Amino acid sequence: MIGKKRIKTKNSNKPRFRQSFSIFRHSETQSVSSHKGNNPCLHRMPINVLIIVTTVISLVVLRILYVVYWSSKPFRTKSTKPVSTLIILGSGGHTAEMLNLLAVLQANRLSPRHYIAAATDNMSLQKARVFEDSLADKRGDQTGETAQFLQIYRSREVGQSYVTSVGTTIFAIAHALLLMMKIKPQVILCNGPGTCIPLCAIAFFFKVLGIRWSSIFYVESIARVKRLSLSGIILYKLHMADQLFVQWPQLQKKYPRAQYVGCLM
Amino acid sequence: MDDSDGSLKPRRIVFVTVGTTSFDTLVRAVDTHEVKEELSKRGYTDLVIQMGRGSYIPTTSSGEDGSLNVEYFTFSSSIADNLKEASLVISHAGSGSIFETLRLGKPLIVVVNEDLMDNHQSELAEELAERKHLFYARPQTLYNIIATMNLDTLIPYESGDAVPVAKLINRFLGFPDD
Repeated sequence: MIGKKRIKTKNSNKPRFRQSFSIFRHSETQSVSSHKGNNPCLHRMPINVLIIVTTVISLVVLRILYVVYWSSKPFRTKSTKPVSTLIILGSGGHTAEMLNLLAVLQANRLSPRHYIAAATDNMSLQKARVFEDSLADKRGDQTGETAQFLQIYRSREVGQSYVTSVGTTIFAIAHALLLMMKIKPQVILCNGPGTCIPLCAIAFFFKVLGIRWSSIFYVESIARVKRLSLSGIILYKLHMADQLFVQWPQLQKKYPRAQYVGCLM
Repeated sequence: MDDSDGSLKPRRIVFVTVGTTSFDTLVRAVDTHEVKEELSKRGYTDLVIQMGRGSYIPTTSSGEDGSLNVEYFTFSSSIADNLKEASLVISHAGSGSIFETLRLGKPLIVVVNEDLMDNHQSELAEELAERKHLFYARPQTLYNIIATMNLDTLIPYESGDAVPVAKLINRFLGFPDD
């Protein structure tokens, strides 16, 4: 099992990959055998297959439970080593809240920083650039840290038909996967809306597969007083966020695993 | 725009903002005789409307006959200056302009857009209105709110603080407190 470590060893993902391939292979075998169920030669096969499939499924379930359990636990080892950080900018008010939070986090610890915004949102990255420039001014140098600014395709734009959105969703997921492999974040900061879901899902998938451990922090928008947003609900219910923060006490009562932190704005 | 016209009356501006989209029902509600007259009665001299992508064009007026001076524009890169100049802000329910206005300590009426599909935005305005930081209106009730509001009942909003959540994130990641 791959534990919760900051720095993963290079070879640690190999067995995990092998396991994931084996799930595929066995489930394939099973479907073949059930099609040819009349053939007496194959009668002994299903029991073995069943055992293997059950074992694999239980291992995967155990692994997911292990990941979910350790995700909710803080790191026990103290360290000042900077962590590679992915910051997902929502748009409008979401971006403003995120930059407000970044202003009080120690930037030198969250480094390098990668900003992602939806391809249709042309304001957010501009605001992030202004924020990064102000950090550079404070440091008094231009050479030190550099931040990266990236755009991501959205799976569905407002008003897009559901038929075409199948294609664009697949495209968006592939793009998100590519970005996640490139960025290799150890920390993900997000606050909705939907843009963050494919990236968080891939990060969680990578954790389960043992490819990379990243800590996912989700701060629900101040605009959400009574109900979590759809992104918030997905991350909460599926245990995908390591920590989910809410800004109103009513929300914490409704979602006890969330942490109430007061208004950020 | 300056005071060279000799009038001794200081400018008291009402700034209306609809944000990045359109909110014609709000612009229409503001651009009615009764609302403008009420604002004028309350001592406001200017009405500046940021109308966004809306198609309804408000009627402008130079205000020479003693009525409100009405201007409008679609977008500007920053409405910060408009907010600073204003004596009263009438805004859509987006959290960005709500908090920008509250931080400046300006009296604020938030008008909720009931045409929006996912109308979660009303939650925030309702909560802040309950805490008496702003007035909450719908386009149909805007006139009533303006006619009956008492700005002295508003409680100034104390800016929030992102430090507690930053501390929790730091601690979670095993960074030392300092």
